[in-house]
Amino acid sequence: MPSLETRTEQPLVSLRDVHLSFGNNPVLNGIDLLVQRGQAVSIIGPSGSGKSTILRCITGLLQPQRGTIRVGDTQVHTLNAEAQRIELRKRVGFVFQQYNLFPHLSVLENLVIAPRKVLGRSSKDAEQEARALLAKVRMEHKADAYPGQLSGGQQQRVAIARALAMRPELILFDEVTSALDPETVGEVLAVIRELTEEGMTCVLVTHEMRFAEDISDVVYFTENGLIVEHGSAEQIFQRPTSERTQVFLRHALGDAGRRPVVSGDPYLLSNIGRYSLSV
Amino acid sequence: MVIETAGALWEWSPALATGFWQNILISLLAIAIGSLLGLLIGALAVSPLWITRLPARIWVQVFRNAPWLVLIYFTTYVFPFELHIGGHWVAFPDWVKVTIGLALPASANVAEIFRGAIGSIPGTQWEASRSLAFTRGQIFRSIILPQCFKRMLPPWMNLYAVITMGTALASLVGVHDLIDTAQIASNTVNRTGFTVMIYFSVLALFFVYCYPISRLTQHLERRYAFS
Repeated sequence: MPSLETRTEQPLVSLRDVHLSFGNNPVLNGIDLLVQRGQAVSIIGPSGSGKSTILRCITGLLQPQRGTIRVGDTQVHTLNAEAQRIELRKRVGFVFQQYNLFPHLSVLENLVIAPRKVLGRSSKDAEQEARALLAKVRMEHKADAYPGQLSGGQQQRVAIARALAMRPELILFDEVTSALDPETVGEVLAVIRELTEEGMTCVLVTHEMRFAEDISDVVYFTENGLIVEHGSAEQIFQRPTSERTQVFLRHALGDAGRRPVVSGDPYLLSNIGRYSLSV
Repeated sequence: MVIETAGALWEWSPALATGFWQNILISLLAIAIGSLLGLLIGALAVSPLWITRLPARIWVQVFRNAPWLVLIYFTTYVFPFELHIGGHWVAFPDWVKVTIGLALPASANVAEIFRGAIGSIPGTQWEASRSLAFTRGQIFRSIILPQCFKRMLPPWMNLYAVITMGTALASLVGVHDLIDTAQIASNTVNRTGFTVMIYFSVLALFFVYCYPISRLTQHLERRYAFS
């Protein structure tokens, strides 16, 4: 396993032994995670394993009870004033599963409002940049539409552009394709792929295993609030060391994906139960 | 006979119009005072501090659960008939007291409408705004309140229509409104046909005023139902 710590550059994000519980319900039980600048890092694992919670801790939406979180020079776990967390969030973009666009604002206004009110940019500058970002996510023709008039995939692309409008150092993607139709998943993933190719630092929580394998520099597998294993995408998906990872990937990728070629009688359908036959 | 009745009605129509204007004036002032007061109390009711929430809760519970007629008698007979302001005695007319009597339950209802609207904005809107580095005040002003006002509009208009109908109670404490005028006219002309006609007219006036509001409310509710 290549040790990420040996790199000379300081990682942009580092989590050390992060513990968080909701009441008596432990969610994170000692998470260690590193993200280098310019990397795409995916967090995979079963539902309820604390993946989204990790992202919310990084941007200070949730406060862990124990452990350290650092983003750049900011010690996130020590922030106790909302004003300090606001400074952090100016640098960290967040894209949600349910898009969470502002329904009373047009697409363009959704992109312009935060740069204007939070960063104090002039409305002319903010609007110019917003239009450029909409073109980037191929939504420039819908600048004056309202979120309710857009498909899920379109709304999610606008949500990505809205996060980009703050010029973040880092973007967190929280299962951004889980609420989408299969046909529109591709258009959102294409946008994220472009971002990673341009060198934007991205942390993705995703159930799109093929996509994670394709674009990630590093993949973390979590289960029950712990990192079970991490490594390069190739290593995690092709040669996972943990049995838990193997079992998860076998289910997540579908048996057809990784099943070794059936030896012996090729006409014997040993797993006939998995197919539906229509005659 | 019919012509005489119609003629009498025509004669009395300016007085009826003046009376109805009194009802409309009371209703407009009551909803205006009630809305301003209600938004203030509603804001207290959603405050994170219990010390501000408690008086707001009490206000809402007391004035939402009191019969309007009781509140109107209450304000009419509790307040003095004139006020001593800066060395002058200023008259405190009954119709103003009725307006306050109606503004009290209106404020309690507006506070509840406001609290409900704030609560109906999904928590994810807060989360998304926080992730974009908005302050709490900015989130309220730019994200939550604009969405609230849209949602509040239909129930608020509905409340206004109810208050307008409630102004008919004003005649019971001697305000010279539409109902009072109709009673005077009925007693003066003293003809059964005329009495029937004039109360039909009163009904029609209230209906003509309130029905469009109710229709507009329904229209807005349908329009906002999906967004």
